Amino acid sequence: MKLNELTLKKAIDLIDKKEVALKDIYRDINEKMEEDSKKLNIYLSLDKTAEKKAEEQKNKPLRGLPIAVKDNFLTVGLPTTASAKILDGFMPPYESTVTKRLKSAGGIVIGKTNMDAWAHGSSTETSDFGPTKNPRNPDYLPGGSSGGSAAAVADNMTITAIGSETAGSIRQPAAWCGVVGLKPTYGRTSRYGVVAMGSSLDSPGPLTKTVEDSAVLLNIIAGRDENDATTSPLSVPDYTKNLKKGVKGMRIGICYIDNPKIKGTEAAISIEKAGKILESLGAKVDMVLTSHHLEKGKILNHEHAISVYTIVQRAEVSSNLSRYDGVRYGKDRSFFGHEAKNRIMLGVFGLSSSVSQEELVYEYAQKVRSLYITNFKELFSRYDVLISPTSPSYALPLGATSGDAMFGELQDMLVEPSSLAGNCGISVPCGYNSKTNLYLGLNIMGDYFNEEKILQVASAYEEATTWNSWLKKI
Amino acid sequence: MTDYLPIIGMEIHVQLKTKTGLFCGCKNDSSAKAPNIHTCPVCLGLPGALPIANKKAIEWTVKFGLALNCKINKNSKFDRKHYFYPDLPKGYQISQYDLPFCFEGFVNTSFGKVKVGRVHLEEDAGKLIHETINGKKVSLVDFNRSGVPLIEIVTGPDMHSSIQAKEYAKKIKQIVRYLDIGNCDMEKGEMRLEANISLQKKGETKLPNYKVELKNINSFRFLERGIEYEIKRQKEILDSGKTPVQETRGFNSEKGITYTQRSKEEAADYRYFPDPDLPPIRLDDRWMDEIKSTEPELIDSVFARWEKDYKVDRKFTELLFETAEESKWLDNLFFEAKKQKLDVVRLVNQLVNRKIKTAFDKNSLYQILNDFKKSVAVDDITDEQLLVIIKKILSINQKAVADYKSGKTNVINFLVGMVMREAKKKIEFKRLESLITSMIR
Repeated sequence: MKLNELTLKKAIDLIDKKEVALKDIYRDINEKMEEDSKKLNIYLSLDKTAEKKAEEQKNKPLRGLPIAVKDNFLTVGLPTTASAKILDGFMPPYESTVTKRLKSAGGIVIGKTNMDAWAHGSSTETSDFGPTKNPRNPDYLPGGSSGGSAAAVADNMTITAIGSETAGSIRQPAAWCGVVGLKPTYGRTSRYGVVAMGSSLDSPGPLTKTVEDSAVLLNIIAGRDENDATTSPLSVPDYTKNLKKGVKGMRIGICYIDNPKIKGTEAAISIEKAGKILESLGAKVDMVLTSHHLEKGKILNHEHAISVYTIVQRAEVSSNLSRYDGVRYGKDRSFFGHEAKNRIMLGVFGLSSSVSQEELVYEYAQKVRSLYITNFKELFSRYDVLISPTSPSYALPLGATSGDAMFGELQDMLVEPSSLAGNCGISVPCGYNSKTNLYLGLNIMGDYFNEEKILQVASAYEEATTWNSWLKKI
Repeated sequence: MTDYLPIIGMEIHVQLKTKTGLFCGCKNDSSAKAPNIHTCPVCLGLPGALPIANKKAIEWTVKFGLALNCKINKNSKFDRKHYFYPDLPKGYQISQYDLPFCFEGFVNTSFGKVKVGRVHLEEDAGKLIHETINGKKVSLVDFNRSGVPLIEIVTGPDMHSSIQAKEYAKKIKQIVRYLDIGNCDMEKGEMRLEANISLQKKGETKLPNYKVELKNINSFRFLERGIEYEIKRQKEILDSGKTPVQETRGFNSEKGITYTQRSKEEAADYRYFPDPDLPPIRLDDRWMDEIKSTEPELIDSVFARWEKDYKVDRKFTELLFETAEESKWLDNLFFEAKKQKLDVVRLVNQLVNRKIKTAFDKNSLYQILNDFKKSVAVDDITDEQLLVIIKKILSINQKAVADYKSGKTNVINFLVGMVMREAKKKIEFKRLESLITSMIR
């Protein structure tokens, strides 16, 4: 096998056993890049000195191994654009906390990956630098907005990767590219140095080949950051510790698949099957019915969440993008893409006192948001984890998003409620279509700061299934 | 001609002199020698940068509010206020909207109570500098000031004269200096005054349907003159049957007039919303107790107490100190002086006239009392005792007396000196002079 196909954990083990050399891993990754870069458009920039830097990091936890990083993380030495023309050529004068932690743990940022411009989208098609194609099948979308990072992992153009999620932006591309994506609890990972999208929602997290790799990376990036006031002071456990403990006795609730729009779809059926597998591993699994109202023991309809999410996120976007006013960064506002302009307009609407006499549309949305928080609190008092499809479908073909402003939201509806509440979630492959070579994702959601538990369930499921057989065993 | 009542409200911005910025670790120094030397990703509003609230700035705002008799919002937050300006790098200012740290306070003036609606904390913007470089007009931005903590103090429409407005503004400065939380150097923009002025017909109870905002005033005197000018200008307009335009005006100190800066068609929509980067602030009892423990006695009560205990006039004592620390030192001085049965009024008088220099340290307290004792010792001799000495001196110096009588009046200097030598004391010249001349005659 080629060494670029190694998982992070395996690569660390083999380097320690001196069975593989770091330079050979880089050789194979560079080869893969040469082979596929033009075809897939995954990286926006590459660190030509990565291999040289790697050698000096050999004794650190990440052993100098390559990490692909979404282009909205500020990285000193590599341009950061968030795939937006306005920031074309921007060389950050400071480092994001997440990449800083990865670097000091011996990780090498080999390159910056393509994404939806400003992270506005679920396809990576809205990038100002052209779409990324799904390495599983280049006629299809990789999902987004962390599509470049998910594709880099799936194509073995890196050993592992980092993305960020506002609602679905890690998990959905992970599902569509057939890899693992973990969205930590809001406040578990630092947003400092990440180009802001929805500030009350953004969560950086790993995109990896295995569940274990996600745990390894989360160990490094999680924790209080004195530069981000919204990070939690809670101590960071060793996320790899409970991975093999299984799901015996765990209470698991299956969500959303009773909704008429999803019922009977391949995605829904794959989740039912996943429930059966978890049950066979010793978990207690039931169906959580969907409700239009806040009701004990039921999960609040995800369709309300789309409206709430749209208002809240757009409002924050309109505010966060104000700084690109044409005075700095060398490009004026005409460089904003269509989607960004749309979002700014809608966001301004939600924050305008002239729209509604009594309260801002934004404030009203925040009130409904608190219903979701209440709902999840109640559900997590009964269930250890909740599961659902990550996306209602397999990856869609290229071009599927054009002209559909709400495309992203429909794709993300299954993850939006828990993102609004700030809960953590992980997507692992749970279905496969051999004709298209595309995957489905199982979304496992957990209570606040309960990443250990979702990782534990995800690991047990991964062990019991063969969806990650694309990873060649050594 | 109709009689009008001026209706005046004020907004005052004061920079806090915390060591670092409101949301970053940059040195708080808006008037640094070189531009843009105290900047970082946060105060430059770079992509991905996040604010961290300065605890000291919050505490000082609350401390200031308490000194203005304000109520405190125990649950408060920061909000984003959106507008575009080249010196505002994020496109929004982090300020406070509906939950300011302090609200419903008041300041006493000699013309009555002025209600303070709110005191909130916000970040200052950068500074625009318009220059001509190589014959080309350019606008430059200095971000040293960006992110400097600023408190905004807003009154109700409670003031009715330029003198009252001036007194109010001076009191705000006095309180800030007393609490030692800001310098209020108006030349450096550390204190900025704005007044809203309109005229109400005498007898009316409704507020006028317009107001004129007077901005960019950088001294108390200009505030007074600007308001005076506005009252006159608005009166003329009203007398002619028109209503003054609602607008923002500036004050031209050379011409002594106000001029239109910008007309407001409607209130701007700042799209305020809670800043998601900054968790809400809970001022719990413990924290409040901590802040209150640093709160000095209210300055008004210090003056009142001194007036009562020492009969010293505020008009003079307020010239003697700025900070609460210094007022405590004076407190000790007055107490000690009274204990030693010294005349405190006279002590204050001498301190004000700088006959005795104040130095606010422990050792100098007794030194100052000794100096004072010496200086008053001059006069602790009665006229009767003096007359005895004078009689003796005059009898010894018959010639001098004769000279004086013949018109050589400056010989009096010699006689005064002789008397002082005999008395072994410094005695007020005028007193001796009149005693001697009365005896010669």
